[in-house]
Amino acid sequence: MSFQITILDTNEVYSCKETQHLLSGMMQLGKKGIPVGCRSGGCGVCKVKIHQGAYATKKMSRDHVSQDEENSGTVLACRVFPQTNISLSVIGHLHKAVMR
Amino acid sequence: MAMTGILRPGHIQLRVLDMDESLNHYCNNVGLIETDRDEQGRVYLKCWDEQDKFSVVLEPSDRSGMDHVAYKVATEQDLWHYESKIKKFGIDTKRVPAGELKGCGERVRFVVPAGHTFELFAEKEQVGNGLSTTNPAPWPRGLKGMEPIRFDHCLLYGNNFDENFKFFTEALDFQLTEQIVDGELQLAAFLTCSTKAHDVAFIRSEKSAQLHHASFLLGSWEGVLKAGDIISMEDIPLETGPTRHGLTRGQTIYFFDPSGNRNEVFAEDSYVYPDSPVLTWTADNIGQAIFYHSRTLVESFMGVTS
Ligand code: FES
Ligand SMILES: [Fe+2]
Repeated sequence: MSFQITILDTNEVYSCKETQHLLSGMMQLGKKGIPVGCRSGGCGVCKVKIHQGAYATKKMSRDHVSQDEENSGTVLACRVFPQTNISLSVIGHLHKAVMR
Repeated sequence: MAMTGILRPGHIQLRVLDMDESLNHYCNNVGLIETDRDEQGRVYLKCWDEQDKFSVVLEPSDRSGMDHVAYKVATEQDLWHYESKIKKFGIDTKRVPAGELKGCGERVRFVVPAGHTFELFAEKEQVGNGLSTTNPAPWPRGLKGMEPIRFDHCLLYGNNFDENFKFFTEALDFQLTEQIVDGELQLAAFLTCSTKAHDVAFIRSEKSAQLHHASFLLGSWEGVLKAGDIISMEDIPLETGPTRHGLTRGQTIYFFDPSGNRNEVFAEDSYVYPDSPVLTWTADNIGQAIFYHSRTLVESFMGVTS
């Protein structure tokens, strides 16, 4: 099953399977400079804020995302798997890369 | 005995987010061998050709990164000798009792100027490399994954770079083997306590206490290629390689463990003696210094740490 992911900052849409993390879908947008870090929730370069939609997560390093942040939808894109369509905005490193 | 004092990296304790995934990565894919577990849930691993009981400790945690890296010294006198040199340098030390890590003797623990926790120890239980010490076979049967020979070094990003360099060369007697410089400014220092291209390396950074990678030695370039095959087969996040470094001239590949800690496996790097000249790479040629073929820096390689 595949879902539509909207990047609110640029209004770009990409599709992402439920078995695929949000960062890998974004990588396929082919944007130069998308920070492809560890893809394992440890380095913190792929922070996003989820505004809408349901998703499953895998563990992410508390050095980069606190429990409170995680509860309020601030997550690492490489640890998030969509269960519905999702709209998100990008933060930090990722914001710079997406906006250029 | 020509080699005295600090001998080698003895072990690295890595924090992992999910132990089952991490064990699959380190044992089945990288190919380390499990030797023990403890009440804190830590799992002890070694490479096949190490005599000591463990060289990697995986610690269950809600964070990634390195808890500490520990270097083995030749004798107990060396342990107290370096404890006093470290104190004299102005850095506090703490003694961790024998057995806190199973099979490991008393450890001296301290935080280096770059922010990382280092330890020294003199004793660790030896379990052998699976081969006889009389008429030994060249290698044991039944190895898994990338078949690493030993935990070789770690590369660390940290601040207080110059003070840290002074500490390693003056208090711990490490030797500078290679460096990257930008004019007068040292950007990277590769340091050895033995005759290796490096036993630890530091990169100048604004952030304190960052792990860039933990590295394991393989037997050949063919082994590095096979590691690349395993990385793709098992869907392991690849960063870059197989390629060659200018620095150390190692043949290398980089990838990430399931907690985002970077791993390297490599083969056939250079070596030094105490009278070897320091090799210097200039910042205007940093691409070739790091990735000799592409001469191009990989963005994540320069920025991503755990
Ligand atoms: S890429 Fe490292 S945390 Fe997502
Ligand atoms: Fe390395």
